Amino acid sequence: MFAPNPTMAATETDTETLSRLYRELLRIRRAEEGILELLLKNKLSSTMCHVSIGQEAVAVGVCDALEPDDYITSTHRGHGHFLARGGAMSALMAELMGREAGACRGRGSSMHLVDASIGHLGSNAIVGGHIPIATGAALWTALRGEHRVVASFFGDGATSEGIFHESVNFAAVQRLPIVFVVENNQWAMSLPWAKSTAQQSIEVKAEGYGIAGVDVDGQDVLAVRTAARDAIGRARRGEGPTLLGLSTYRFLGHSRADPSSYRDKAEEEKWRLRDPVLLAHNLLMAHDFDEEWFEQVDRDIAAEIAAAIEIAENSPPASIGEVFSDIYATPLEGIR
Amino acid sequence: MISTLTPPRTVTYREALREALFEEMEADDRVIVMGEDVGKYGGAYAVSKGLLERFGDRRVIDTPMSEALIVGAALGAAVVGGRPVAEIMYMDFVTLTMDALVNQAAKLHFMFGGQLSAPMVVRVQQGVGRGAGAQHSQSLEAWFAHVPGLKVVAPSTPADAKGLLKSSIRDDDPVLFIEHKGLYARKGTDPGREHTVPIGVADVKRPGVDVTVVAWSNMVHTALDAAELLADDGIDVEVIDLRTIAPLDMQTVLASCRRTGRLLVAHEACQTGGLGAEIIAQAAEHLHGLLHAPPRRIATPDVVLPANTTLERALVPDTDAIASAIRDLVRS
Repeated sequence: MFAPNPTMAATETDTETLSRLYRELLRIRRAEEGILELLLKNKLSSTMCHVSIGQEAVAVGVCDALEPDDYITSTHRGHGHFLARGGAMSALMAELMGREAGACRGRGSSMHLVDASIGHLGSNAIVGGHIPIATGAALWTALRGEHRVVASFFGDGATSEGIFHESVNFAAVQRLPIVFVVENNQWAMSLPWAKSTAQQSIEVKAEGYGIAGVDVDGQDVLAVRTAARDAIGRARRGEGPTLLGLSTYRFLGHSRADPSSYRDKAEEEKWRLRDPVLLAHNLLMAHDFDEEWFEQVDRDIAAEIAAAIEIAENSPPASIGEVFSDIYATPLEGIR
Repeated sequence: MISTLTPPRTVTYREALREALFEEMEADDRVIVMGEDVGKYGGAYAVSKGLLERFGDRRVIDTPMSEALIVGAALGAAVVGGRPVAEIMYMDFVTLTMDALVNQAAKLHFMFGGQLSAPMVVRVQQGVGRGAGAQHSQSLEAWFAHVPGLKVVAPSTPADAKGLLKSSIRDDDPVLFIEHKGLYARKGTDPGREHTVPIGVADVKRPGVDVTVVAWSNMVHTALDAAELLADDGIDVEVIDLRTIAPLDMQTVLASCRRTGRLLVAHEACQTGGLGAEIIAQAAEHLHGLLHAPPRRIATPDVVLPANTTLERALVPDTDAIASAIRDLVRS
């Protein structure tokens, strides 16, 4: 099982990659901080909002390793996956604010993000509900010989759902091109990982399915990216699925309503030292990136977020009229 | 191969379904079939027999015993370009697939702002007739009529089965396609190769002027038998086959009731919360003062079905029970 490392593992990566990853980590962090601010100002269309602050390296490391034609599926805590995959900041903000310019035209809000044009097949509010969908996408891709790979993000809690087993088992039997990304933030709402499962190693779980599996430091974006590249490579070569176990931590509560009273403050403090943004920041500092560079990144991201919120605010609110007509993709010829 | 044979004049419900699958798979290579024992075994009720030999294991996929996965993966394949036809062996097993059907497939098109759609069919069979018991005989269609975003069909004849299956496969929405274990051997007119039936349109299977009987699936035939019985007594029964459960074609039903002034809904599903309740509620809302008698329903009582063909027969409305209910309606 994974144990947190004091420093990041890989240091041989080129600085261009590292700076790109850092920028993306910070972009997601700042976007979600902005979202929490909008929530406090009552500017969101829904009360449901789960942020991934502390878990950004999972989204960034995995998505960086994917090709443009690949697919992802995501969770109720999916802002990071959406942005890391290339979703537009304005589509995210407008969606959360219930506007037509939103990813789902203001109908999905925080838990349902999508962008088919970049292979984002939707984030899902049912824990584990999208794992078979990702598996089916991988099946289709394999049947058609398309050489695409699917990455399905889900949390530690989802591994306790029956559909996790059915999906991993089927993908293993069919040797499907899919990476099951276990974004293990240690807590399934209030239930610790040790009470979710008696076998806490994802690598060992994978063995039981007859597929590859690894346990990786999910706070180290380079380690995540390296492990994801290995898994995606295997999938693309037709060598079947991987269970990619990424240990991370949800810095805030499950949602705004949750003060995480069930967690030990010392545990929270320990993980705070393993802030993925901070770790990447420190590594860049060690590579002689100066304050001016960091300030410029801060300014760029702040400007992008401000512009996105402005686009959202100028977009019309989601319309009620199509609530009825858009239930079906094929309108009924029979209904007269 | 079946599809290249000269069509016989009559065809069974099973053969009609099989031909629809053959024809759609031949016409569109995005159509795949997946489920438990659909390959070499040919399907638990032999509907997919011959498909594996004709189309190979990349288009006819035997899955593990994982119903939730079957429907969820069919949805995933549909989202990225496939047109899967998933088979769930018994309606009762659909309980294991509820998330994929209800929370996922039905919601996806609207919820994601129209970006994604789910052109998929889930074939199931339901109903009594074999003493299959409490966990293999339920008629659960009303559950799915309660889920906006799903289309639900339940054909009663070979021609409708073929036509609706072809339409369902070509439709861009998730369709729950409900067959009946008592219908597979039933013969009917072969509708020929290019036959489709639109989803959402009921069919008057027998025109009449005295009373409207609404039924679907196997119960249509029981209703038609009752109508024949009553014809000798001078009661002229109109039998409407809903064919599509959701969305309901109430226009056809209401138009018929306006002519006959009397409505009976007959279904094999148990009574409480059954589709009969919805149809009669809508009739009450739209036909107040136009009906000569209070609308009635006849259904299986709210019981757990026994694995016993004798008890089964005693519980499910039969020809005599429907005829008797119609007589009561006409007299009142």
